[in-house]
Amino acid sequence: MTSFLQQAFNGLVSGSFYALLALGLAVIFGMLRVVNFAHGAIYTLGAFGAVWLADSAGLGFWWALLLVPVALAIAGTLAERLLIHRLLALDPLYNFLLTFGIALVCQDLLRMRYGSHSQPYEHAPVTGSFDLGLFEFPRYQVFTLGLSVVVCLAVWLLLTRTRIGTIVRAAIERPELTRAFGIDTGRWVTPVFGFGVGLAALAGVLAAPMRAVNSGMGADLIITVFAVVVIGGLGSVFGSVVAGFTIGMLAALGNLYFPVLSQTSVYLLMAVVLLIRPAGLFGKEEHV
Amino acid sequence: MKQSQAILVTRHLSKDFRGFRAINAVSLRVVAGTVHALVGPNGAGKTTLFNLLTGFLKPTEGHVVVAGHDVTGHSPERIARLGVARSFQVTSLFPKVTAREHVELALQSGTGLGRIFWRTDRLMRRFSDRAVELLDEVGLARLAERPAESLPYGQKRALELAIALALNPKLLLLDEPTAGMGLEDVDRTTALIARVRAGRTVVMVEHNMSVVGSLADTVTVLQRGEVLVEGPYEEVKAEPRVIEAYLGAHVA
Ligand SMILES: Nc1ncnc2c1ncn2[C@@H]1O[C@H](COP(=O)(O)OP(=O)(O)OP(=O)(O)O)[C@@H](O)[C@H]1O
Ligand SMILES: [Mg+2]
Repeated sequence: MTSFLQQAFNGLVSGSFYALLALGLAVIFGMLRVVNFAHGAIYTLGAFGAVWLADSAGLGFWWALLLVPVALAIAGTLAERLLIHRLLALDPLYNFLLTFGIALVCQDLLRMRYGSHSQPYEHAPVTGSFDLGLFEFPRYQVFTLGLSVVVCLAVWLLLTRTRIGTIVRAAIERPELTRAFGIDTGRWVTPVFGFGVGLAALAGVLAAPMRAVNSGMGADLIITVFAVVVIGGLGSVFGSVVAGFTIGMLAALGNLYFPVLSQTSVYLLMAVVLLIRPAGLFGKEEHV
Repeated sequence: MKQSQAILVTRHLSKDFRGFRAINAVSLRVVAGTVHALVGPNGAGKTTLFNLLTGFLKPTEGHVVVAGHDVTGHSPERIARLGVARSFQVTSLFPKVTAREHVELALQSGTGLGRIFWRTDRLMRRFSDRAVELLDEVGLARLAERPAESLPYGQKRALELAIALALNPKLLLLDEPTAGMGLEDVDRTTALIARVRAGRTVVMVEHNMSVVGSLADTVTVLQRGEVLVEGPYEEVKAEPRVIEAYLGAHVA
């Protein structure tokens, strides 16, 4: 029972990274029909951004949490305007190659600068554990989980309670109908891309105090996140978040009971979901 | 001011898809206040023409003029804001969104609310009375709170019409409004269009000849991307080339 709760908690913490990353991928895919293969690299840059701010400017975690996502969101906005946008009218393959290329360039630049060793980051805003007798929950992990839940809720409010959110949801679901309403959906393409990038960067900053910060950290994680997005339903914002937390937890529990499957459980789950619901759990299949 | 009574004009409009000419030098003139039917066999280019008129496709050659404005190459949203509403051949609705909310969204898209960030319930209520009115007009008042995906097909089509009306269009483009409907729904839709045409111009793609006959002032027959014949229904119907190209298959 102890290990069950401990694992479930660890799973939710992993899930909070999946959810933040999948959420960004989902809004970007929904709005641009681009699978952003640079998403893992942005997460990595987020973590290195925190390291760099601490090393070179002496700015701690809170500064990083504020500045790094904003800076990377601006960089993402520029990349969208200058590069990705020009390819949107072409075959999606072009943006697949472009974002994949951006990911490789980022990863190699980091490797040139920092090597492939993990960088220390000792700036966790909270340390120690909540000791509940039978098991312990590290405070920073609790903080991460809480913050990512808050961010996901805030995005949900933004999407459902604001006019911009309504437009973005409409544009994701029925782009042509929305435009036929006279709504200029194109205006929101670049900001949504920047927003998704900012979420990935935020996840990266959150990871810095608790994960090994190295140039490969995003590449490993993002493959799981792609599986999460597919399970949740490509382009389904709600599905991506739910699937993120659920899969984080299921994978962790799977590890506990079926250690042999630890590397494959997520993909098995993906295969099963796709067999039963080809559009993913919350994806749309039929045309209404 | 000779053109003043034409609300929609196309000049030598053409569209190529990778070398295949789907629309070839089509020059249309739609007179304000009329119902103009666009007929023709499958693949004639009717939907492509609609997409050119509404900015969803850019013409390879030629011009589109709406209410005196040259809108060639303009975006769909810009053309929509000139008072052009369209429906799609394949029903296009937000599956989980209720009928009333669809109409509300269309109503508010036409207002200056663009700068209001927070969508309060009070703000939305301003539109809900008008939304229910419009739904009533198309016979959907009872189903206002149902999500679109749960509506029967005929009602989905009616909802699309209510949405188009919510945009308060001068020019209403309907792509096969009665396709796939049972007799009863066809009659209801025909009566509905007859009612909502007042004060508007309607261009409709329609395969059902009795619908065309009862609604259309002018009929344009398209074949392989070109205008075959144009004129009043009775004349067009009697035209041997039309009977051969199109009506034959349906009427005989
Ligand atoms: N996006 C596209 N790319 C390539 N070819 C297209 C495209 N859209 C339409 N076509 C082709 O153009 C021709 C006209 O198609 P369109 O859909 O306009 O016909 P239609 O008159 O609306 O037919 P239907 O009665 O079946 O709806 C067809 O041969 C079709 O295959
Ligand atoms: Mg068609």
